[in-house]
Formats: sequence, C-alpha cells, structure tokens
Amino acid sequence: MSEVIGNHIIHKYLRHNKKFPHVLCPGCGHGIALGALIRSVHCLGLEKDDVVIVAGIGCSGRLAVYVDFNTVHTTHGRALTFATGIKMAKPHLKVICLMGDGDALSIGGNHLIHAARRNIGITALVLNNNIYGMTGGQCSPTTPHGSFSMTSPYGQLEKGFDVAELARAAGANFVARGTSFHAQQLDKLLIQALQHPGFSMVEVVSPCHTQYGRKNKFKGAVDMYKWLKKSATPVERYAELDETGQKDRFPIGVFVDNDAPGLEEQYYALKEKMRGRKS
Amino acid sequence: MAKEKGNSKVTIYPDWCKGCGICVAFCPAKVIELDGQGKARVVREEDCIHCGFCELHCPDFAIVVTEIERCPK
Repeated sequence: MSEVIGNHIIHKYLRHNKKFPHVLCPGCGHGIALGALIRSVHCLGLEKDDVVIVAGIGCSGRLAVYVDFNTVHTTHGRALTFATGIKMAKPHLKVICLMGDGDALSIGGNHLIHAARRNIGITALVLNNNIYGMTGGQCSPTTPHGSFSMTSPYGQLEKGFDVAELARAAGANFVARGTSFHAQQLDKLLIQALQHPGFSMVEVVSPCHTQYGRKNKFKGAVDMYKWLKKSATPVERYAELDETGQKDRFPIGVFVDNDAPGLEEQYYALKEKMRGRKS
Repeated sequence: MAKEKGNSKVTIYPDWCKGCGICVAFCPAKVIELDGQGKARVVREEDCIHCGFCELHCPDFAIVVTEIERCPK
C-alpha cells in the first residue's frame, strides 16, 4: 500500500441511492472505520459479490446499509450467529461482522466468545465507543471505571471489558486493536485480519462525543480525537511503560497472530475425507 | 506521501459535509477552515502538502485530494 487511496475509491463502493450524508453524528468515528474497511477490501482486490457484511443493531448496524456488498442487517447481538451460518454454507465468501460494543459484548457476548472458541473464519469488527449511543447514552460493558454516562451520573462503578484480552482468552486467531484516529494503521490491521484463516477480531476505538464525550469533559469531536492521539500507544511501547505511564493509555496494534485452520476449512476437509472413504 | 506544495487540489462536497471540524483541527498546513454555515471550506489550497489526513479522516467521505494535472511544457 504505497499510495494514499482516498475517498474517490470509497465512493465506488457506496450505495448512492441511499440518503447521504449518513445518519451518524458529525465527527463520529464509525464513518472513518467504514472507510478503512472499504479501503482494505479494495486493496485486497475482492469482488463486491464475494464480501458479506453482517451488522447488528445500533449505530454500527447502520453502516451496512450504505455499502454495496452483500449485506444483512440482523437482530440485536446476533450478527455473529447469522455470519456463522453464512460462512458454513458458503465458505468462499469473506464474511465481515460489524458490531458495536453493546452488540458484541453484552447482548451478544456469548456469541463472541463461542465464535472465537470455534475459530470460524469470520472477521469481526467491534466498533467500541464505550457507550450505548443510539438509545440515549446508557453505560455499556466497555464504559471505563469512573467515567460518567446517563445511567451512571456519579461515575461508573463497574469495571469495563478489555475486548482484545477477552477475544485472546477465548482463542481467536487474530486479535488487534486500532482507533478511528489512526486510520492508516487501521487499514493495515483490517487487511491482515481479512487475510487470516479462522476467527479474526479487530476492535476499533471509535469516539462517541454526543453521548460519551459530553458527559466526560470532552467538548466536541475534535477533543475526543486529540484524546485518542494522546492515549493510544503502540503495543510494544506500552509494554515498556511502568504502571503510572500505563494508567491513562491503552495499547493499539496486533495482540494475537496465529494461523490455525478455521472451522469451515476443517469441516469441508472432513467431508471430502468421508466421501473418499465411501467410494 | 507528502509532496511539494501547490501540486494538490482539495475538493469538498458541501452537501456531504457535516462540519465536525476534524479536518480543520488536524490539517498540518491549515488549508481548511469552517465557513459561516459551519461547513469546511478550502482557503489555502496552495499550502497543501498532500498528506491525505483529511481524506482518510473525513467520517462523511466529503473530501477528495487529487494532484493537479499540468500540461507538459
């Protein structure tokens, strides 16, 4: 990826009969994540018909409407289950799951860990904005400890999930974290994730200034991006920091990189083997 | 990636711009400003170094940066 591939490429992949600009708030990081996804699909040279986007409910669920791939807009939290069905039936398709943090971790939390355990060849994109943005700013499983939301006006008492650690522990093949601010790195992470066999998960830290930012002393979208710029640290450098240095930062980059064969590969290999035995 | 000044053209689609101000805040050459309607507008195109930041970070896909094609002398 030597040259900058920009928006003139993205426009070729959008459904121009839909209403544009999209419904997301001004400055929402989800748009940048969608752009990175389209650029990475373009870089890999995939046909539009060979890509399936499965989205759940929430702000991130709206993204599937705008792209000209095969898209499924599914029920809340069940994006991964629909995607599992699609991948098992048509293993040649690239199945990409677009989920929010509520979608992936609370309502569909079980599906995430079991998809990672099964190691099925799905690329899951968890757009983590630390809050339930669309329903009015309730705290979500990833709302950090001590931060404010509509349902935690005195500060969140519960600890937030570390999505990348969860996926790693559940056995995902490829786990990475990027942010909306580091768009070029996100492109590279998504390209790697799409090329991996088995379950690959990319968490995208995408700021929600409308619901999360205004409760937590971020004046606007720009402030949240400055916070991302300041606190996101490459994973190698994060490991060198001491505890006080790590306190206000989070690591970005690749956490797990394995090449174990996916469930659908093993299933079709077994099928071939059994057929060979019969004849 | 970064190229010489004065060789790039920045196009903003005003209908798609929501005026979030990300391009204005992070442009290294301060090429873009918000106008009276709260939308991004190109003011100093000759300073653009073609870093591509605004293009990659526009959440509404409203900015396109291209190279100016000059007639060969």
